[in-house]
Amino acid sequence: MIDPMVWLIVLPLAWACFAFLLGPGRGARPAIAGLAVQLLLALQLAAGLNDSGAGAHAIGGWGAPLGIDLAADGLSVAMLLLTQVVVLPLAIYARTYFASYAAEARYFWPLAGFLIAGLNALFLSADLFNLYVTLELVGLAAVGLVAAGGGAKQITAALRYLFATLLGSGAYLLGVALIYGAYGTVSIPTLLPLVTAEAPDVVRLAGGLMLAGLMLKTALFPFHFWLPPAHGGAPAPVSALLSALVVKASFYLILRLWLGPFAPLAGIIAWLPALLGAAAIFWGSYQAICARRIKMLVAYSTVAQLGYLFLIFPLLPTEGALQAGIMQAYAHGLAKAAMFAAAGVLIEATGQDTVEGLAGAAQQLPLTLFAFGLAGITLMGLPPSAGFLAKWQLIEAALAQGHWIIAVAALAGGLLAAVYVFRVLRQAFLLAPVGDVRPVPRMLEWMALLLAAASVLLGLRGVELMQLLGVPAMGGAS
Amino acid sequence: MTINEALPLAVLASSLLPGLVIFILPETWIGTRTTLNLLGAVAKLVLVGILLAGVHAGEDYGVRYAVLPGLDLVFKADALGLLFITLSAILWLLTTLYAIGYLEGAPRRSRFFGFFSLCVTATMGIAMAGNLFTFFVFYELLTLSTFPLVVHRGTNQAMKGGTIYLAYTLGGGALLLTGIVWLHSLAGQADFAHGGFVASLGQAHAGQLQLIFLLLIAGVGVKAALVPLHGWLPQAMVAPAPVSALLHAVAVVKAGAFGIARIVYEVYGVEFAQSLELLAPLAVVAAVTIIWGSLRALFQDDLKRRLAYSTVSQVSYIVLGVALFGPIGTVGGLVHLVHQGIMKITLFFCAGNYAETLGIHKVSEMDGAGRRMPLTTVAFSIAALSMMGVPLTAGAVSKAWLSDGAQTAGMEWAIWVLWTSSLLNAVYFLPILWRAWFHQAPVAWSGEHIPAHGWRETAWLLLLPPLVTAAATLAAGIFADTEVSPLAWAQLIAGREYVGAMP
Repeated sequence: MIDPMVWLIVLPLAWACFAFLLGPGRGARPAIAGLAVQLLLALQLAAGLNDSGAGAHAIGGWGAPLGIDLAADGLSVAMLLLTQVVVLPLAIYARTYFASYAAEARYFWPLAGFLIAGLNALFLSADLFNLYVTLELVGLAAVGLVAAGGGAKQITAALRYLFATLLGSGAYLLGVALIYGAYGTVSIPTLLPLVTAEAPDVVRLAGGLMLAGLMLKTALFPFHFWLPPAHGGAPAPVSALLSALVVKASFYLILRLWLGPFAPLAGIIAWLPALLGAAAIFWGSYQAICARRIKMLVAYSTVAQLGYLFLIFPLLPTEGALQAGIMQAYAHGLAKAAMFAAAGVLIEATGQDTVEGLAGAAQQLPLTLFAFGLAGITLMGLPPSAGFLAKWQLIEAALAQGHWIIAVAALAGGLLAAVYVFRVLRQAFLLAPVGDVRPVPRMLEWMALLLAAASVLLGLRGVELMQLLGVPAMGGAS
Repeated sequence: MTINEALPLAVLASSLLPGLVIFILPETWIGTRTTLNLLGAVAKLVLVGILLAGVHAGEDYGVRYAVLPGLDLVFKADALGLLFITLSAILWLLTTLYAIGYLEGAPRRSRFFGFFSLCVTATMGIAMAGNLFTFFVFYELLTLSTFPLVVHRGTNQAMKGGTIYLAYTLGGGALLLTGIVWLHSLAGQADFAHGGFVASLGQAHAGQLQLIFLLLIAGVGVKAALVPLHGWLPQAMVAPAPVSALLHAVAVVKAGAFGIARIVYEVYGVEFAQSLELLAPLAVVAAVTIIWGSLRALFQDDLKRRLAYSTVSQVSYIVLGVALFGPIGTVGGLVHLVHQGIMKITLFFCAGNYAETLGIHKVSEMDGAGRRMPLTTVAFSIAALSMMGVPLTAGAVSKAWLSDGAQTAGMEWAIWVLWTSSLLNAVYFLPILWRAWFHQAPVAWSGEHIPAHGWRETAWLLLLPPLVTAAATLAAGIFADTEVSPLAWAQLIAGREYVGAMP
């Protein structure tokens, strides 16, 4: 029997190794084929889950507490599905994009493969130590991707990123060690009944360390300092991968721990992430409004959009808050991938990377601008889009609990997003003398549009995704 | 899916699909683009005709579709919605014809007509929305699809106007969304219904409901250009003439006024709104807007800006009618939704003709324009007289019903507001007509672009639409008492809103 969970991890590893063996810059075709199969597997897993409930798989036949358990519930499969949906168009984009940048493409495919394998494994892991391993794999592959450009700026950004990601996972690992010391296990299902509200201080310390480390990796304000240079400096497909998916992995992990073993302890500090999230929305949007370079604008927009994800924490006991968070993760994942892809095309075509340089681009690159605009609609949270549904659910959950302040932060964030999105569109609509516009492969434009359209169309049908999220974990505890 | 479910969707598709195809058409495929545009507009008219006949006979048209668990997109074509749909469908066809003539030879027409069709789709969605969620989706879609039209010319001035437009409308959208979600969390999912659906919450929630009403009305009031939320409208005048016509007569301001009607009648219900003491303040805001808009219009030399302030004033007639408690005021407000549309679009078509043909943009340049362009000026005069409420015009019918409505509602002061506004309308329209008809024309028109060919004073595609709408303005006044007039339809709606209370 083929278990999709195992194959979702093995396949990307396989095509990554294959690409490495083929040599620098090669391996795009097997990667795309592999990703297409992964998408089907993820869909199969989601369909199976909707029919029959949570799945679990013990690798090598050894179950917990000795072996490695893989487990899938609605939350993890939703994230898996998002990953595969975003990566496939981005891979097709990258294949065309890197055709003209041989140097930057040297290690893209192997590194991307390890990154995807790490992400998929992270979503499927069910014990704290395995989660650490996958987190480290994702972090190192991401740093490698940023550094692969080879420029002095990119190396600096990559080193800063490396420092942040190692510090983050170090703090997490320390937390895991403390938990192991306290309870003698790192398996999440085993921990669930053990951690109670009367847990010793060392467990609280462990939880705090893990939370802080993961926040650093998610680039939550004020830990966001590493993100804009890394995401803004990398080649477009890499920026898209990092902004759309990698930061979501550590967010998922916070959510998983928050809802799982640490649920009895989490209530008291629920407002901390929300406050930082609100600050991130305002600070990130402000920086995006001021940014001179278009990719920095998009990168700071990521800082702001990640803030929304953390607004849900005080609301988590309510029906609908988790749904709002995952809908936002989908909205931002799809839209940000589209936006970085579109920004890549714009920079490639106009030969400039500033917002000013875009004057008149709407005439020459209507398709790309349309993609940018659609992605912008999602980021602003205007209907019809996934971002709008996320905002609706968030505001409704906030009002249901009487937490006005969260609704206000979400609405204000949407208006601020409008300021920076329309800053770009305005510039592009300006009448300007037709400058030198280099021809860009149509495939790049279409992939950006595809991702943007997906982020908008999801806003017309979220029922299935919400149904999937409702599938509980094994044992029904979360 | 039955026919009754498919028809509302077909009405949406008849402008959405041509719009999407037009986006990807190459600039030079003029014939294909024009054919698509006109086919869509005519198909929509046919569909609307079927709907009108059906609704008159008491059929229900509607469809619902779940977006999230417990959150549905709902479309329904009821009598109130059809009033707006019919107006939009007819004026869309005319404006399309006008725009084809107006933009002949201009660049970026595919983009223009693409967004134009999206804009009409959004208007149809607003008219057919069956709950507040659906209403909001299309309300924001309208904002987004009109922005590229406002900034179409791509000049710095256009960008400034567009930015101000966005700032107002997106801000209003945020208020509206807050109100809608709040109401949703109180009342759960509920469709628009005769007599409203919040009355069941009762007086216990009165404070919250009043606040929600304020949020909702402020949200839609931005588009309806209620003072002090009207600042965007004169600024948006930088758009090309067909867009101004569409913004001011059909899509945007009407979407706001229509939203107010839906909120008062089918969310709160007139009687419940009255018991919460919400209608009197709304009437006061409308009255202030009517007077303020007319006063500001007096001092504008730019023709389109004068018309814009006139719109600010006239749209609030509708709001005033809605806020007057009683079926007669309702009829007056609703019928003005149609009447103001045909009058104002005539004026904007004519203003566009003056600008395109002779280069006239200012009132002070209008000297003798009536002799050079008699047909356009006749149309302009009819519409302007109708605005003042001269007998035998559409405007007179609206004003008569509004005054009666104010009388029955016991708000005599509103009659004074209407009379003052008529007077002010005369003060700012009559000098234009005087200049156009009785002043000496200049020896040569400095900005003449289109030479006259015999009786055809300008391109025929520019001439036809204002003549049709001016004729409609007269017809709506003269034949107001017949079965097929807008007035008869407004009475039908009022009859269904105030069951059994019609005079």
